[in-house]
Amino acid sequence: MFTSTTFDILWQRDVQLLFLDGLRVTLELFALSAVAAYALGALLAALHFAGAFCSGLVQAFVGYHRNVPAIVQLMVWYFGVPQAFPASWTGWTDAHLSGFFYAVVALSLNAAAYISEDLRSGFRAVSHGQYEAARALGLGYVATLKLVLMPQAARAALPALVNQALSLFKATSLAMAIGVADVMYIARQVDGATYATFASYLVPTVLYLICTLTLMACGSWLHTRLSAR
Amino acid sequence: MLDILERFGLSLLIGQFPHGPLGGIALTLAMSATALVLAFPLAILVALAREATWRPVRRAAAVYVYAVRGIPLLLLIFWAYFVLPLLTGLDAPASVTVVAALVVYQGAYLGEAIRGAIRALPPGQAEAARALGLGYWRTIYWVILPQALFNCLPSIVNQFILLVKDTSLAYIVGAHEATFAATQINAQLLTKPLQVYVILAGIYFLLCYTLSRLSRMLERRVVRRRARPAASQPSFSEASA
Repeated sequence: MFTSTTFDILWQRDVQLLFLDGLRVTLELFALSAVAAYALGALLAALHFAGAFCSGLVQAFVGYHRNVPAIVQLMVWYFGVPQAFPASWTGWTDAHLSGFFYAVVALSLNAAAYISEDLRSGFRAVSHGQYEAARALGLGYVATLKLVLMPQAARAALPALVNQALSLFKATSLAMAIGVADVMYIARQVDGATYATFASYLVPTVLYLICTLTLMACGSWLHTRLSAR
Repeated sequence: MLDILERFGLSLLIGQFPHGPLGGIALTLAMSATALVLAFPLAILVALAREATWRPVRRAAAVYVYAVRGIPLLLLIFWAYFVLPLLTGLDAPASVTVVAALVVYQGAYLGEAIRGAIRALPPGQAEAARALGLGYWRTIYWVILPQALFNCLPSIVNQFILLVKDTSLAYIVGAHEATFAATQINAQLLTKPLQVYVILAGIYFLLCYTLSRLSRMLERRVVRRRARPAASQPSFSEASA
């Protein structure tokens, strides 16, 4: 029999497999959203410097994503946006676009807004003379950005960028609200099925701590490496 | 969208109050404000402990901060909601347990903000206070905290914005705040999720954007005050002259 503080379930093969599956979904969510978020964040930061119109659009994008809770953004994407699709699409979208897909979209857009802001303040830390010198040496706008400004800005923004990775990893837990079977969702399922509440929530706590502490350690390793140059 | 606001605006704003429990945006704000007020003393203690001279205290505070930074708020809310009642035998309503989780969470983040402000003060402040014969606690209370807390006013407002956004997670354990109210309205209407959630997003945007303007205004004021040269501040000799 089970009581709420029993740990027996942790030695059951099917429970272990469930949690492993949940961990895989969490890691996939994080990896896909992180790649999309950093790429889009860099693009947004670059767009910010490409004229008043573009910068206004980026500011609106950033403003929305910073001032609305991430979970509400998830709900807008998962429940709201499909309603705006034309009727002829809905058969295809219902069949092919899962909660996982919308979670990746919402999480990466959200993180991209924060990342673009961090990169932008990284850019501001690079002196304007760097830009002028690169242009004077004959580099074009894109080459200047890629070879001169981006590497320096990334170094200045590194601590903030690592923090965003950490936030994004933790934010993947919100996907359970739209039914994505990540590790948090599994914990709730296991708790519901076994009533071993303490053990059910201890597992994700340990798993999250292992992943996030690893991320923090990688961040400080990168920081010492880059600032040593 | 306007008809939704007209029909459900009041329940989004205050829930079933005064005929039932407080809900909606009013509860969102009440929960955020309570969490901030309760997290504040904890954050000050965490900041002081992180800067303490005695190593075990510093270690313990660091473990707390890193553990909280390492787990999602949602998980803390689950611990507070499902596990704490089992361990303590207490049965509190959802909004109270969420506030408890938020206090633990914000204690770490606000604590780091306050610690940053303390470290940003010139060391001469503490040294002068100690040289004048003030003890540790008096130095903290009369010299360090008044300056540090003023300087981190903008970050305190920023933490409040985070709290307002974080209370939205409370709907998962069934506290009747704004996000919960919106999901209820969505369940009643069934066919208009986009409008309902855009309204909800708009409400949060208005709230948090206004607060972030306030934070920026405070920041300008703090910077101006810190930039003011010491000579232009009224001194005792001028006052007595």
